[in-house]
Amino acid sequence: MALKPVNAVIIGAGAGGGIVAKELAEAGLSVVLLERGKWYSPFDCRKDDLRNQRTSPLGQAFGPDDDRSPRVAVDTQGREHIVRASGPGYQNNAACVGGGTFSYGAMAWRYMEKDFRMRSTYGHVSGSTLADWPVSYQDLEPYYEKAEWEIGVSGDVSGDPFHAPRRRPLPMPPLPPNREYEILYPAAKRLGLHPFDIPMLRNSVPYNGRPACIRCRWCVGFACEVDAKCGTHNTVIPKAVATKNCEVRTECVVKEIIANERGRVTGVVYFDANDELHQQDADVVIVSCGAIESARLLLNSKSRLFPDGLGNRRDWVGRNLQGHTYTGAFGLMPMDIYDDLGPGAGIALCDYNHGNPGLVGGAMLANEFIRLPYQFVSMIPPGLPRWGKAHKDFMRNAYRRAIAVQGPTQEMPVFDSRVQVDPVVKDHWGIPVARLSGDKHPHTIETSTVMAGKAEAWLKEAGAVQTWKKLSGPGLSAGQHQAGTCRMGSDPATSVVNRYCQVHDVDNLFVIDASVHVTNGGFNPVLTIMAMAYYASDHLVKQWKGTRFA
Amino acid sequence: MPVVACGRRGSSWRFFTAEEARTLEAVCGHIIPEDQDPGAVRAGVVRFMDTQLTLFYKPLQKTYRRGIAQLDQASIDFAGKRFADLPAAQQLAVLHHIESNPELRPFFDLLVAHTMQGFYGDPRHGGNRERVSWKMVGLPYPPLRGRLRYDFADLAKGELPWR
Repeated sequence: MALKPVNAVIIGAGAGGGIVAKELAEAGLSVVLLERGKWYSPFDCRKDDLRNQRTSPLGQAFGPDDDRSPRVAVDTQGREHIVRASGPGYQNNAACVGGGTFSYGAMAWRYMEKDFRMRSTYGHVSGSTLADWPVSYQDLEPYYEKAEWEIGVSGDVSGDPFHAPRRRPLPMPPLPPNREYEILYPAAKRLGLHPFDIPMLRNSVPYNGRPACIRCRWCVGFACEVDAKCGTHNTVIPKAVATKNCEVRTECVVKEIIANERGRVTGVVYFDANDELHQQDADVVIVSCGAIESARLLLNSKSRLFPDGLGNRRDWVGRNLQGHTYTGAFGLMPMDIYDDLGPGAGIALCDYNHGNPGLVGGAMLANEFIRLPYQFVSMIPPGLPRWGKAHKDFMRNAYRRAIAVQGPTQEMPVFDSRVQVDPVVKDHWGIPVARLSGDKHPHTIETSTVMAGKAEAWLKEAGAVQTWKKLSGPGLSAGQHQAGTCRMGSDPATSVVNRYCQVHDVDNLFVIDASVHVTNGGFNPVLTIMAMAYYASDHLVKQWKGTRFA
Repeated sequence: MPVVACGRRGSSWRFFTAEEARTLEAVCGHIIPEDQDPGAVRAGVVRFMDTQLTLFYKPLQKTYRRGIAQLDQASIDFAGKRFADLPAAQQLAVLHHIESNPELRPFFDLLVAHTMQGFYGDPRHGGNRERVSWKMVGLPYPPLRGRLRYDFADLAKGELPWR
């Protein structure tokens, strides 16, 4: 059934799509925002330690559905596995209004200036497609600021001498320190490092009509039950709806983007909650499904002029899939330090993001979010049995004494780490699923191992009586920080979109999410996704001429 | 006369036979043994497995049925008796034997994982009876901050509580 045409259809109501919806709707465009998941509320915070978006032995809390949305994962030995959303290897983020921002930990980092100029800073890295972004930090700075104030960020980066120049401070102060912070802060100072308060998309004071964080222990992976976490679901998307120019349609799974014989896109075809097929025509199509699903949708959108999928003339769609290699260390303090104060993470340092001898990039290091007992089960020192009396003793003695410090090592993009569409496996709707393959670059592993050592040294200085590292294996990392699959660049031969997130050879098709990230920084990527969404929307609106582009 | 009957006639288990449950209780009792604090058996870990095998772990029913049978057979081959009939020291030896056997190990690993979930996870799923593990590690309860709002009614109806 054909629906009333609109100016813009946006696929995916996550960090990127939510912002684009609001910016376009406020500029007067008629917008349909399609989301494959549901619109959850703070009441969906079920505090279920076995079923949430971070720890999911009994399933994911916020999608996608385990039975309907499989993927194919190719492991480091080349074996194929059909994986379900809550299982290992799926690289899941979320499927709901707000996307990952609905249940994330909410760290709100600006990338550093060098993060946009990795190739110029460090030169060629063998085996990697490391490149500069076509935009600079200075281009994005006003949009970072807009994201911080519109979505809402608390924290204090004044103690971080490495942060890039900024015009305004953060709109909210940091939450008061917890016990881990009080122990780690002076230790970092003694080491000559520069600890400070992590910027977080979380209300520390009432802001935007929502209350402050109550500091409970169900944070990352859970819906915030008092709505103090700031995502697109409780900020920009309601604003978009309030303009009356934007309609949000949930539980709608897009099958493909339709292209005409003149090489432009004309809309999308999607299944609604009752599995009925609809066609939504639009003047502009914006793909914001996250790095894996955005690439999958482009690759599944084949037509006579685009036989290998939209934007894929040069075989770059789906390439350079990356996330973050998380490594760090655990430290056992001589005394009980558990204070039951969420979100737990509060202190970070950026001393190791750049300037590590012999290494390309690095990572921000921070203390980890508060842990429920089940999450602690596998955080055991090497050599300790994973079951039996010794394991039980460890759990009993260590749970309230442990501190974890870790960080997201910036990954070296690898051309053959990629998203393809599987030739055989299809999802519930008969759409070919994403097939994920590839490894981490060896230098990523090397850097992440050094970062684990830095974390361990910090914990030792803090007085830990026992420390052990958490290292990373060679397998693909994408997951919640997935990025890179529709690279932004000036040269259509080596990228998918231009500096405004516009697909090179289809002027009314945009990809606005972490897919466009050339590199992914040594930081959680969400604020950069948001800033880029504001930046690209700004350009889109300026180029908009009534019903088409100039 | 039973007040509540569910699952199989004459059995208090939803999925396991009484013999299977006896074997599993013996195994789980070694994965998390009883000491000054309750272990897996008293925490109801087998009840957790039994419940989840009719819900989220339904696809693992065959794996469990076959795995328990193989485990008992390995015990008979190795020590001459079914696992639950052996003395504790011999049971431990059988488990170490199973752990070093590449064919039997995957099921044992599954049991370890599910035992940890049933012992340390939220009581709403059928294990961690009276929050024994949370008391053991010192997790404050009830929490000072945040509501407690669960839907046990759905679980009693045998439905997935989150749907």
